Amino acid sequence: MTTPPPTPAIHFRNVSFALANGQLLLDRISLSLDEGTTTAILGRSGSGKTTLLRTVNRLLDPTNGEVLLSGVNARDRNLIALRRSIGYVIQEVGLFPHFTLERNVALVLEAESTPLAQRIRRAHELLTAVGLAPDTFAGRFPRQLSGGQRQRAGLARALAADPPILLMDEPFGALDPLTRLEMQQMMRSLLQRFRKTVLLVTHDLDEALYLADRIVLLDSGRILANLTPQEFLRSAQPEVRAYVQAFRRALPADPATAPPTQEAAP
Amino acid sequence: MSFLSQNASTILTLTIEHLWLTASAMFFAAAIAIPAGILLARSPRWARPVIGIANILQTIPSLAMFGFLLPLPWLGDRAARIAIVALTAYALLPILRNTYAGIRGIDPSLVEVARALGLTSRQRLFKIELPLAASFILAGLRTATVTCVGIATIAAAVGAGGLGELIFRGVASVDNRLVLAGAIPAALLALAADGILGLLEKLTAVKQ
Repeated sequence: MTTPPPTPAIHFRNVSFALANGQLLLDRISLSLDEGTTTAILGRSGSGKTTLLRTVNRLLDPTNGEVLLSGVNARDRNLIALRRSIGYVIQEVGLFPHFTLERNVALVLEAESTPLAQRIRRAHELLTAVGLAPDTFAGRFPRQLSGGQRQRAGLARALAADPPILLMDEPFGALDPLTRLEMQQMMRSLLQRFRKTVLLVTHDLDEALYLADRIVLLDSGRILANLTPQEFLRSAQPEVRAYVQAFRRALPADPATAPPTQEAAP
Repeated sequence: MSFLSQNASTILTLTIEHLWLTASAMFFAAAIAIPAGILLARSPRWARPVIGIANILQTIPSLAMFGFLLPLPWLGDRAARIAIVALTAYALLPILRNTYAGIRGIDPSLVEVARALGLTSRQRLFKIELPLAASFILAGLRTATVTCVGIATIAAAVGAGGLGELIFRGVASVDNRLVLAGAIPAALLALAADGILGLLEKLTAVKQ
């Protein structure tokens, strides 16, 4: 007898989401995320990526189907406990302007009435992990930080309660390319250190290739492809090829991968 | 000068009365309008009708408002009660509107993150929403207080006392000194309230 496959950390089962006016944003999505893996959701704006992400921590509830977390329907769990067990990182970061970084990072612990000393210790530990030296940054306010530093703090906050799941909605989308690269490298090493199940919404194919174990391509609320990064690059599926080529064309400096153009032809 | 020394104790008593009327009204108005504003921010479809009602209260001429309340049982028994109820009614709108607008005006991504972090509704209110809206709410209190200090002078018309009494007496006896003896302290009270609450407003403002 073979052992049954492990229960996925996140399992979307026939998840649909419709707006009150009937517009369907998610159309019977079925998708499993294994524990400790990173899945990138790619797709155009309006393809339903963010909507899908938000059904996990129940900022939205599916109008049909269900989201199972380690086999348990998200709806059957206590909403507050569920959200505290899921880290959430967004492009706008959402650091609270009236709190220092230390307090921002440890806010979930504060909400759980963890003793102050423990909160501070944890906040400093995480600030260090994301490359913000606590001596310098713990007492600063968000307005005193650069965009990249804010995003680092946002990530530290998401990790504060050591959640098994991390939801990231275009976390590095608003950063300049160099900062973004640094953040992606840091993210990769953090993911190797802390085993998390990550759902990453992004527009950036390179980011997906660099960070993800699986890449899911979404269009009009449906899954078009669910592939490993290698498969994704080699896929003959027209929609996937179109996506890959859109990125390769944006990189004319790399002749090895750029598609031939008419100008280049003799 | 002799006018002042003769009337000093009257002016002082009436100023204290005036302060007492205004402060009581502000206390009741804040106790009603801040929670109401919070509730409205949670269910905004009620905002228009409720703020509309507060708006209508605001448009009733103050002398008429005191007159309306005069024949009511219990209220009509004591002039101070009428004055406090009327002033409370006038103070509702600015506080209500600013509390509502202050909370609704918080960056939606902050509200979303607060929910996603698993803060309870009460924690969101006390840790996030109220601190971020505090300077708005104080601005509402400030507007309301300054308005009330002014309107409280009319309360003398129904015998509720306050600095209006000197003004009414001065008008009746064509004595400008009496009018000024009421008007100047009233104006100073309004300026003081404006200054103090303005300072608090500045202190609670969150720098972005």
